[in-house]
Amino acid sequence: MSQLAASGVGLLLALSVLGIFAARRTPGTRLIYAACAAVCAGLAGVALLRLLAPAGGLESVEIPIGLPLGRTFLGLDPLSAAFALIVNLAAAIVSGYAIGYGVHAREPQRVVPFYPAFIAGMNLVLLAQDAFSFLVGWELMSLASWALVLSEHRSPENRHAALVYLIMASGGALTLLLAFGLLAGPEGGYSFEAIRRVSASGVGPIVLLLALLGAGSKAGLVPLHAWLPLAHPAAPSHVSALMSGVMTKVAVYGFVRLVFDLAGPPAWWWSVPVLVIAAVTALLGVLYALMEHDLKRLLAYHTVENIGIIFIGLGLALAFEASGLRAAAALAFAAAIFHVFNHSLFKSLLFMGSGAVLNATGERDMERLGGLIKAMPATAVAFLVGCIAISALPPFNGFVSEWLTFQAILLSPQLPQWVPRLLVPAVGATLACSAALAAACFVKAFGMTFLGRPRTQAASSAAETDRCSQIAMLSLALLCLLAGILPGFVIDSLGAVTQMAVGARLAPQSGQAWLRIVPIDIHRSAYSGLLVFVMILLAAAATAFAVRRVASHALRRSAAWDCGFPDASPATQYTAGSFAQPIRRVFGSVVFRAREQLTMPRPGDTAVARLQVELRDTVWDALYTPIIRFVAATAERLNRMQFLTIRNYLTLVFAALVALLIIVGTWR
Amino acid sequence: MSPLDSDIAHLLAGSMVLLSFLLLYQDRMFALLNVFALHAYALACSVAWQAYLQRAPHLFITALIALLFKGVIIPLALRRIVVRLGIHRSIETVVSVGPTMLFGIALVGLSIVVMLPVTQAEGPFVREDLAFALSVLLLGFLMMVTRRNAVSQVIGFMSLENGLVLAASGARGMPLVVEISVGFSVLIAFIVIGIFLFRIRERFDTVDLQALDMSRGEAL
Repeated sequence: MSQLAASGVGLLLALSVLGIFAARRTPGTRLIYAACAAVCAGLAGVALLRLLAPAGGLESVEIPIGLPLGRTFLGLDPLSAAFALIVNLAAAIVSGYAIGYGVHAREPQRVVPFYPAFIAGMNLVLLAQDAFSFLVGWELMSLASWALVLSEHRSPENRHAALVYLIMASGGALTLLLAFGLLAGPEGGYSFEAIRRVSASGVGPIVLLLALLGAGSKAGLVPLHAWLPLAHPAAPSHVSALMSGVMTKVAVYGFVRLVFDLAGPPAWWWSVPVLVIAAVTALLGVLYALMEHDLKRLLAYHTVENIGIIFIGLGLALAFEASGLRAAAALAFAAAIFHVFNHSLFKSLLFMGSGAVLNATGERDMERLGGLIKAMPATAVAFLVGCIAISALPPFNGFVSEWLTFQAILLSPQLPQWVPRLLVPAVGATLACSAALAAACFVKAFGMTFLGRPRTQAASSAAETDRCSQIAMLSLALLCLLAGILPGFVIDSLGAVTQMAVGARLAPQSGQAWLRIVPIDIHRSAYSGLLVFVMILLAAAATAFAVRRVASHALRRSAAWDCGFPDASPATQYTAGSFAQPIRRVFGSVVFRAREQLTMPRPGDTAVARLQVELRDTVWDALYTPIIRFVAATAERLNRMQFLTIRNYLTLVFAALVALLIIVGTWR
Repeated sequence: MSPLDSDIAHLLAGSMVLLSFLLLYQDRMFALLNVFALHAYALACSVAWQAYLQRAPHLFITALIALLFKGVIIPLALRRIVVRLGIHRSIETVVSVGPTMLFGIALVGLSIVVMLPVTQAEGPFVREDLAFALSVLLLGFLMMVTRRNAVSQVIGFMSLENGLVLAASGARGMPLVVEISVGFSVLIAFIVIGIFLFRIRERFDTVDLQALDMSRGEAL
């Protein structure tokens, strides 16, 4: 099975080379994307088989390249298999979408060769069973996606985004390198097998910190999220879908692999920084998203929020596992991985929808869209499903995983330490707050984009997207519904993963009546997606029936209702900015240091009234600006070093040598 | 090994350190070359003694290389260069001798402080030998840093390399291949530097490196 998976990675790399030649013509581009879809589907199938297989030993493939000291091992254990399934399922559907969407790229030769390499990199990270191939895959993933971000390199914004991304990615890779270096210990056994055997004591907290920095910067944990809303929208939409929906999951995998698998048994306080950062991430992510009116940037910020939710689950799992509450840890961990799966589905779906909108109208700004539900009904339905799912409303999948996370939060009184016992309810409140704000955010996203009347010419002349894209989006929407109705199946197939990560699994859910899930105890809580779905259907049918039958059929004609529409201009509609204003008033003055300035002309004056809103990115101002300034100032100083004499250079080398010797001499 | 054996080894290595100090304050070219030749002889003797002590015949070859190349060929060639450059009568302005010597003494102290704890696993003989070698190396470096004349810098570099060879021969088991390749690389460095000296002189009429610094950018 591992051989199959490894050869899949090889195939993707070969496709990447083929892509260089195939990208010259449209059929070639389509062919490459179709082949990617096929390979990813195959890989997803392999991963599913591995996940459902009765527990077997890890069979790994040895590849005769690698570090001089160690060899390269690729293999699928349950954890890699779960993530490989998530990644490849989404990648297959996104590739299917790209068959239709990808041909619109302005310069396909800048996209097509890197796209399979990007997927191959992510798969290599998941398959890696040693630190070397993990890092090689990680870098392949980062660099290929960097090239994809830069594919529309003519706009200075994209170049800036790519630069920021490249810096963050290299920093992240460096911290992961350090983490693996610490884990490998003095003997330098870089295979995961050897690291698990050594399990050097004392490095755990540092590895946790490095994993939070390295994997967190890739996943988008606040305050390392800064690159994400820049880079994700800059790429072509199918790549954005992969970066936001899938690559962030690979980062979560990196964190789980390091902290749950390799770093040894956790201490209870490890959960504290994870929970705090995760809660802040969830809340700030959704607030940023609410303030954003660019559709793709909104989605990117929303990824930050969902990463926060996932890390809340992981932090809870750490806390429970450290205190020996294995069942609760399994619940929290399963909730996190379930949310990883869900987010990969609906975030890919939403990005594909925004790509379709972008393609049809050439606009990403919601203030210039509107009324697209009439022109693009299939896209609108799929996008709506994605919005409902990401807002965690039943019967879709987002609800199930957030509900499970809340169930885990409600178990926190069992924790013996008072710090997490006090902290977890606060985290739960933050999570609830961000879930509510997320719903508001997607009401805005869907309402401004698809409802109302078109605000611009471009929006009114939009047309439905192509067949391939529609099929891809609708199939993801269907998957969202299925995962929401059949959550028991998902939880059961995650059993082996939780067993591996936290040493326990949830009770099997498949035997329950009404397809319901019972995470802890039937007397405590249970949820049946099917029942809720049926009830929603019944209620909707009853309402429709009532409206059709009971309401009056008399035809009424009247003048347009003035309220809100004193004139017929679409500019008088409710806007995204006005929708977000109440929330901006509540949170904005602190979080964004928002400043509003109203210039109102005196009565009778014909000058324009003006409302200016200024928002600042506080995280950027507080953290990144000083760093940038410091680096610039240091570079300015170091610049003088370029013009020294040879003797001065020698003196510098000599001084450095002597200084190092003094350090060595006085060390002990 | 008997105490006398190790005493002789220390005497030879210590004399190299002493000669390094002599190199530091020589301000006349020929005297500098003579001291450098002495330095190489001391190295050859030291390596040969090590060869005898360790019963390692290949170290005799090393000693022979040191004697031939560094003791005879390179000083002679440098002497010719100095004569042809016409700087054999000039007195080099050495950076103030007193502080330099004091600094050199501090460096020797430093190398002893560094080496002795680091190499605790080894025998006392190897440890002290390594400390001497490190001091020779640092003193050579110090000479490169304090001198302006290119020829003196070459000599500083060569004495630094002598320190490396001393360390390697004391540490038991430097393969001959490494030694030969180091020897050749030094020779090549010597040739290259020699050629450069003439090229520099052709352009600037001096081998004082300060003249080079002034016109860097368009020349070289």
